[in-house]
Amino acid sequence: MTQGLDLRARSEALGGALPALLAQAEHLAATVVLGEHGRRRAGMGDEFWQYRPAMAGDPAGQVDWRRSAKSEARFVREREWQAAQTVSLWVDASRSMQFSGDASRPPKVDRAQLLALALAVLLLRGGERVGLTGDAARPRGGRGQIMHLLAGMTGEGGADYGAPDVSNLSGHSRAVFFSDFLGDPEEVETALAIASDRGVRGALVQVLDPVEESFPFDGRTIFESMGGSLRHETLRAGDLRARYLDRLAERKGRLEGMARASGWHYLCHHSGQPAQSALLWLYAALERGR
Amino acid sequence: MFMVGPLGFTAPLLLMGLALLPVLWLLLRAVPPAPLRRRFPGVVLLLGLTDDKPEADKTPWWLLLLRMAAVAAAIIGFAGPVLNPEQREEGATGPLLVLMDGSWADARDWPRRLDRAAALVADAGRAGRPVALVRLTDAPGETVFQAANAVAQTMGGTLPQPWAPRLSAWANALPDGDFSSFWLSDGLDHPGRGALLSALQARGPVTVFESARPVVALRPANFKDGVIALAATRLPNPDPAKIEVSARGLDPSGIERELARVTMRFAAGETEAETALSLPPELRNRVSRFELVGVRSAGAVSLTDDSLKRRKVALISAAGGAESLQLLSPTHYLRQALEPVAELIDGSLTDVVLANPDVIVLADVATLSPDEETVIWDWLDAGGLLLRFAGPRLAASDISRDTEDDLMPVRLRIGGRNVGGAMSWGEPKALAPFADGSPFYGLPIADDVTVSAQVLAQPDPDLAARTIAALADGTPLVTRKTVGQGQVVLFHVTANAEWSNLPLSGLFMQMLERLAVSSRPVAPDAADLARQVWVPQVALDGFGRLGDAGEMAGVEGEALAQALATGPSAAFPPGLYAGDERRVALNVIGAETALAPASWPDTVMCEGLEMQDERSFKGAALMVALGLLLVDVLATLALSGRLLGGMRNTAVLVAGLCLLALPDTAHAQTPEDLRAIEATTAVRLGYVLTGDARVDEVSQAGLRGLGQRLYERTTIEPDAPLSVDLEADDLVFFPFLYWPVTVDQPAPSAAAYAKLNRYLRTGGMILFDTRDGDMSGGQTAEARRLQLLAAPLDIPPLEVLPGDHVLTRSFYLLQDFPGRHTSREVWVEASPPDAELAEGMPFRNLNDGVTPVVIGGNDWAAAWALDARGAPMFPVGRGYTGERQREIAVRFGINLIMHVLTGNYKSDQVHVPALLERLGE
Repeated sequence: MTQGLDLRARSEALGGALPALLAQAEHLAATVVLGEHGRRRAGMGDEFWQYRPAMAGDPAGQVDWRRSAKSEARFVREREWQAAQTVSLWVDASRSMQFSGDASRPPKVDRAQLLALALAVLLLRGGERVGLTGDAARPRGGRGQIMHLLAGMTGEGGADYGAPDVSNLSGHSRAVFFSDFLGDPEEVETALAIASDRGVRGALVQVLDPVEESFPFDGRTIFESMGGSLRHETLRAGDLRARYLDRLAERKGRLEGMARASGWHYLCHHSGQPAQSALLWLYAALERGR
Repeated sequence: MFMVGPLGFTAPLLLMGLALLPVLWLLLRAVPPAPLRRRFPGVVLLLGLTDDKPEADKTPWWLLLLRMAAVAAAIIGFAGPVLNPEQREEGATGPLLVLMDGSWADARDWPRRLDRAAALVADAGRAGRPVALVRLTDAPGETVFQAANAVAQTMGGTLPQPWAPRLSAWANALPDGDFSSFWLSDGLDHPGRGALLSALQARGPVTVFESARPVVALRPANFKDGVIALAATRLPNPDPAKIEVSARGLDPSGIERELARVTMRFAAGETEAETALSLPPELRNRVSRFELVGVRSAGAVSLTDDSLKRRKVALISAAGGAESLQLLSPTHYLRQALEPVAELIDGSLTDVVLANPDVIVLADVATLSPDEETVIWDWLDAGGLLLRFAGPRLAASDISRDTEDDLMPVRLRIGGRNVGGAMSWGEPKALAPFADGSPFYGLPIADDVTVSAQVLAQPDPDLAARTIAALADGTPLVTRKTVGQGQVVLFHVTANAEWSNLPLSGLFMQMLERLAVSSRPVAPDAADLARQVWVPQVALDGFGRLGDAGEMAGVEGEALAQALATGPSAAFPPGLYAGDERRVALNVIGAETALAPASWPDTVMCEGLEMQDERSFKGAALMVALGLLLVDVLATLALSGRLLGGMRNTAVLVAGLCLLALPDTAHAQTPEDLRAIEATTAVRLGYVLTGDARVDEVSQAGLRGLGQRLYERTTIEPDAPLSVDLEADDLVFFPFLYWPVTVDQPAPSAAAYAKLNRYLRTGGMILFDTRDGDMSGGQTAEARRLQLLAAPLDIPPLEVLPGDHVLTRSFYLLQDFPGRHTSREVWVEASPPDAELAEGMPFRNLNDGVTPVVIGGNDWAAAWALDARGAPMFPVGRGYTGERQREIAVRFGINLIMHVLTGNYKSDQVHVPALLERLGE
């Protein structure tokens, strides 16, 4: 009974929060109006592509009689080839993503989910199929998919640091991984290798809090990971700043190298920045990789 | 009490806590600052990093020092440090006699003396000693030692007296038995001090308290060489000093105020300062006292009496133009006698009366023209003194022969008489002693004064009453009668030495003085004052304040003369004493009074009144401890890295501290200033608050609507209208006020009416709107209320707005002035009756300026009113005609504001054709 109540309360809280997140994502996506992305070649689709002279073998039904009546030759109306892409998203739900360096900023996971949802809204609007890696939401088209994505995304992982989930990643699709990538870089490397093997390309979006970039700490401090599994005590935190920043830069560099090696794109996004630029970059990155 | 130098401690045992400080040092040193736990995902990047300086886990030495200082300050604070603790007299027993001089010199710091005495009495009370308090200016009486609280209850009302203490009298009136004495001396050397001191020393130990404050006193002012000579004296003092003397008196409206002020300087080491003050006679005669500014003592006040006053005397003689010898001139001796002591006026009789002299002297003037008689009569009635002298012309004339002349005290016989001359028998007559009741009573008769000729009075029934001086044979020599508030005095002899040698004698001067013709140049002597009763009018208290001496009995002149010589006493308090015609001032400080400092023998313990104040440092020490702890908090935060993180909080804290520390100076701009700035940054229409929220709202909307129309159509760009509370707000910022009249509107206060009248006079305009359409000819409730409200206002005559008034053409050409109602009855200031039709123009030349009021009942605001969306709030009329009426109403409003802001500019256009014509030429 208690569990039932708890579940209901949580789901209501979630249901309350989801439309807000969704509305935010829609709002964000609305700032990017790109329209359907044609394939720039004739094929199956709704949009007119070009007229070409009818050749032998073209069925009579294909001939555009209105165009043909203007001249001696017969013309066939070709439509642009429109193909739906599959894009798989992965949003790190580990505890470290719950971190926020300031009460005025939402946790990193919020920003990651927002970006992922907004991207999904854009892609779905473009007719693509969007899903989550893993089992939560298989790639599917249509606006109804948004709710599945939402449901699949929310939910907290138990681990301190997350690693990309590459199960159910369909071949030659696209993938976008949202995480702070502060966990073991080996795992990311492995995941990227698997994805590359399947011909999947995509983007790594590293979402960091500004505090993680600036390390504004001083004095005697015990640092703990969000789950408490890791801890480090220092007497003068300020002295560690330079070395910490070096290590962070090194980590970023490694991620970028990994991404480049496997034909992926890498973006470091801060939760203090506006989300729109990151969304634009993402959209363009997916276009580029196509 | 435990003492360290001048510092004492009330709880010295607590100081032992200081010994614990080293222990605290060790304890504090061992404990590093507590670590801060932070959740931080980036910890994964930190793993394996080591600190550069591992020894920093000890508390830094300066932080330790800070904390030690804080603890030490707290310990010292709680130990109760006191600077200059008052050392109570321990062990003194027996009765205590507290003597206070209580003279005028004490008044300058009387409250502190009283405080000191109260402290002594309280101390004695704590020690269980009986106390007596003696004010040495009082008459000696029996001194009773009482319980201290009984004395303390009564001593609060003790005041200083404006005279010197009677030390020698008290020396013999001291109580018996042994007692110790405290003497609060005023610092001056009074006679008999030694005797009293030795008497006191015979009874027990004596302690003297003296104040270090300088004693300054003002000497009486006197009139010398046309200026007022002022002098001040002080106790010997090596420093130069500057004092200001203020001359006070009644101004023409009868209010006492400062008439003049002059600065006096004491040179270094000098005890006397002098200065001269030159005042016009009118001002000088008004001066009633001089006082040292800022000194509260009877010695700093000098009352002035007649000696400063200079009467204006007009000398008129009949012998104008006659080529006679100067010595034979009827007025020569008078002029010689009066020149130094009075302001002399010459001229014709009608001219001098205009100068309103105190005295008019007619020397041997017989007849006056009826015109002259009238002016003299009026002047006499108002209190003048007409002094006539006989002479050949008077004797030869028929004036006052059969019936008594109005301007003569008695009837005169024909011819007069000669005695002791070559053609007559008898000796020249001497004067009889002056009778009691005569103003001359008490003056000594000079034997050598003789009269050889005189005019004789008819023996009338009231002759005896009118005679104020007679010859030895009883013939009247000087007669007097009162006329209205004034009097006529006739000397039956000439004003020169022709008939008598009286004008050559000193007696003549004294007689003139008694008649208040002249005033006394120097201090009066006993003879001047003798045989008169002087009634105190004004009495001075010890602080130099003037009081009414209503109930005090009169004093004999001889005694007063004595007091003038020796200084005031209880029987003769300083003040103004009035005799018959004159007033004499008895001042605390005479012209010769010397101030000498009291010097005490070495056997007497002498203390300054300026006790070193006990100052407790407990609060200060605790504040220091608290401040150090606060610094420690900040420092600890800084060390643990939380200071920067909590920077916002810290800023708030620091700002709070600054606010606490700084006095509140930031609020230079009061709400009134803000409102004035708000009202003057743009043209603003104002409306009077009626107290009816609905009416006020409509007024506001109406003026807002009118403002929008003005903005759209004209160059006037008014800001949002402001409400005006007649009681509280300043009106001067508004060119125009809209005043809707409601039935239950409270009438403004008198101050508000004054403000409104000032507003109307300085060019403001008020539009009164009864909002009733004026359907019943001014008899509605609102109209009656308007009449009540406007009654105290300074409103000129009104007329119904004429067709050629400038309001009909100041912007739009209008014939009607509707609001929601369409009454034509709109009242404005009436045009002048002499306005005429200008040639070739349809308008008259009308008055300049702006009508201060426009009164009507058309409910204009409702017609103008726009709601928040810019749509009309109220319907006006019906259909298109209604909209047209609204448009005309708006046009009237625009005309009105144009009229307010541009005045009669459009009216002046009447001259344009003439100007153009002239330019064309």
